Amino acid sequence: MADELVLEMRGIRKVFPGIVANDDVSLDIRRGEVHALLGENGAGKSTLMNILYGLYKPDGGEIRMRGKPVTFGSARDAIQAGIGMVHQHFMLIPVMTVAENIVLGIEPRDGILLDERGAERRVKELSEQFGLAVDPGALVHDITVGQEQRVEILKALYRGADILILDEPTAVLTPQEAKELFGIIRSLQADGKSIIFITHKLNEVLEIADRITVLRRGKAIETVPREGATEASLARAMVGREVLLRVEKAPAQPGDVLLSVEDLQVVDDRGIPKVRGVSFDVRAGEIVGIAGVDGNGQTELIEAITGLRKAGSGAIRVAGRDVHDAGAREMLDAGVGHIPEDRQRRGLVLEFTIAENIALHDYADPPDAKWGWLFPDRMIRRAATLITEFDVRGGGPLTRAGGLSGGNQQKVVAAREIARDPKVLIAAQPTRGLDVGAIEYLHRRIVTERDEGRAILLVSLELEEIFSLSDRILVIYEGEIVGEHTGEVSEEQIGLEMLGGAERSAA
Amino acid sequence: MSEIDPHGSKPQSPEEAASSGTLVASIALKQRAGGIVVPVLTAVIAFLLGGFVVLATGHNPLLAYRDIFNGAGLNWIFHPTTDVANTSAYNLTQTLLQTTTLILTGLAVAFAFRCGMFNIGGQGQYFVGLYVANWLGYDFQGMAALPHILIAVGGATLAGALWAGIAGFLKATVGAHEVISTIMLNWIAIWMGEWLFGDGGPLQNAANKTVPISNDVATSAQLPVFWGEQQLQGLHVGFFVALAALVVFWLVLNRTTLGYEVRAVGFNPEAAAYGGINVKKNLVRAMAISGAFAGLAGALDMTGYLYHFGVSDIPANSVGFLGIAVALLGRNTAVGTGLGALLFGALLFGTTHGLSSNVIQPELAGNLTYMIQGLIVLFVGADVLILYVWNTRKKLRPRPAKAAA
Repeated sequence: MADELVLEMRGIRKVFPGIVANDDVSLDIRRGEVHALLGENGAGKSTLMNILYGLYKPDGGEIRMRGKPVTFGSARDAIQAGIGMVHQHFMLIPVMTVAENIVLGIEPRDGILLDERGAERRVKELSEQFGLAVDPGALVHDITVGQEQRVEILKALYRGADILILDEPTAVLTPQEAKELFGIIRSLQADGKSIIFITHKLNEVLEIADRITVLRRGKAIETVPREGATEASLARAMVGREVLLRVEKAPAQPGDVLLSVEDLQVVDDRGIPKVRGVSFDVRAGEIVGIAGVDGNGQTELIEAITGLRKAGSGAIRVAGRDVHDAGAREMLDAGVGHIPEDRQRRGLVLEFTIAENIALHDYADPPDAKWGWLFPDRMIRRAATLITEFDVRGGGPLTRAGGLSGGNQQKVVAAREIARDPKVLIAAQPTRGLDVGAIEYLHRRIVTERDEGRAILLVSLELEEIFSLSDRILVIYEGEIVGEHTGEVSEEQIGLEMLGGAERSAA
Repeated sequence: MSEIDPHGSKPQSPEEAASSGTLVASIALKQRAGGIVVPVLTAVIAFLLGGFVVLATGHNPLLAYRDIFNGAGLNWIFHPTTDVANTSAYNLTQTLLQTTTLILTGLAVAFAFRCGMFNIGGQGQYFVGLYVANWLGYDFQGMAALPHILIAVGGATLAGALWAGIAGFLKATVGAHEVISTIMLNWIAIWMGEWLFGDGGPLQNAANKTVPISNDVATSAQLPVFWGEQQLQGLHVGFFVALAALVVFWLVLNRTTLGYEVRAVGFNPEAAAYGGINVKKNLVRAMAISGAFAGLAGALDMTGYLYHFGVSDIPANSVGFLGIAVALLGRNTAVGTGLGALLFGALLFGTTHGLSSNVIQPELAGNLTYMIQGLIVLFVGADVLILYVWNTRKKLRPRPAKAAA
């Protein structure tokens, strides 16, 4: 019974102009299994799932559910057949309640009115059945991201989903929330639901999946049971070569203090204090990692240090120079390099070419320009050198940055920042959304730059990244540094501090 | 084999990129992505629909368009001659006269657009240029021609820049939206004209105090006419100034650090600020440069062939607004704006005279220009609307991660 096939996708092919996104991909899903779909960004996972969910029409191949061939013209058809999908970005209406969001479109009615009580009761039943704790009457904009995700899952269950597609579900969650999600997945599994779990994180796959299908460049490389699979074997299948998963680095040799932050206060756009009396130093040749849950002041802290936001009271010094009130331009001149957390929104002008993006800080200085006149050929030559040095693939100096893959976009940003020879390098979420190969490259590069004697401040929401790169870890919670660790420390301890646990237990 | 998945999380469609910049920037991008096909198609459809209207009134649209074509002097290319006694040559000079103005009012819209702003105030900036050119062209009587022309044209250009600069300044300092403020500045310019040239106004005709018309600019401030007779509204050298402005526009945007900043701010102000660019300064400066183009248009018209301006001329003039259609049709590029200006210049002149009423009624012909203008703005505007709806829809979806409770 456990091996009963509920879904088969056979020889699926999907071609986009110039790109074969899915090439003869086959996938079968058993009843009650967690099936991980593993692959780098752009490997074709989302395309395959969008075909299954009726959003794309395949150019070839067939889909069978419980042995019968089906075709889905739209998501509506897929939902009717019992397929549910939770996208990476949630599609909830913030001003409506949890229950209203869940029943939206197929509301229980009381005459012509919404049967609010009926809706809440149904939602409550469902959430109790699967252990998805969420208050049906709460407004969506008042609940946490983890809870929003549960609402999305409930939405799919409410529509009768037997097969649930989760698209990179842990990307937005804290480690604790991710653990809870895995608990939910297991209870769904116990109830006979099948789960397709899209991810590019190897550790998650080994924790939750029963079977794993690896996609690479649009092709299904292999389907393997979890037993016997290792991170190394999966990474090799994903990337197509051996991957160094651990960052190799020598012990740090800290030198002079290059970045010093003292009792810094920063408010956000609405005037709410976000950084509240933060002090720390970063020395030449060390990587200081700041761990924390998103929204605890990391963004404002970085913006203040890079001159993109006005700092309140306190002091910021770069190589001994007071730069507290400096703007972005002065900070660049003071020797601060910055890989921003959102490369597409801030790190790059996507419509610009790679060459123009490389020149983003120096466009007005020789050799790029003289007396206000640009020399595009010099910009292009400089970009060509950096493209080779940083192994940017998928285009030349005149390629539009927006046309590059995320990993290569990030390499362009890193190339620009590092080529300026900064004293201090601030890397905010440097590998967010990138695949194994690109992560490996950027991590190695960050360590190399440390060894060159730069002071590196790493801010990341990924604990794994913080652990593998940092020589020293600071934990930020509600705008304050609540922990500092130099030696061995467990992931649980940091996780606890990230949620303010240290404060609470001390109180 | 590229590893790009067009619907994956990595590559950027124009729409996705749209969320990173301003709405105007994304429209500009989308338009350029469409290349030459979309504007040509837009124009063709507009002409087709216009043709149906002509048909509905019981006339032959093909004959009507042929007459407009000939009326605009475009048939000149079949029999080129410099002799303006030839009708087609004369008509062509008149079309190019309109084109001169429209190139500049088009650039006024296009330049602001490239910096992510929608300058609706070309009309007001044009009027201000017109007024100042008239004032400076009438004062300084007896000055040598070259300095007088330079003063009148330069002063008017500067005035246009200042006028638009107000909108840029308000946007940079208090965040007033440029669409609203430039529209308001248009009205101020219009009423200013009523006052300046009206009864007892400071620029009203000195010799005849009964007409609400300005003085004529002095002969020393009048631009040389190089094709046709000055008395018959010949084509003045301002035409070459407008052509040069197209080149300058391209060079400034693509070959100067100023242009780099303008484009960076237009595409993605956040990335520009991160790059060390002063975004606010660029908003003011780009708006001022836009206004300079419109002010220059007014200056060239005043010193080139109008020489005077009256209260009754104000409501009849819409070259600033036509500049919006020119720029949008021309995708805010130099070449596109030049071609768009020629098209609308030909329409403006070609539909206002020389049509025989058995082919098309003259009033219908005049309205045809507005109709085609309207249809083009509508088609381009439909893009704008779709993008806007798309953007708001997108905003509903991805919700920023929030702090854990």
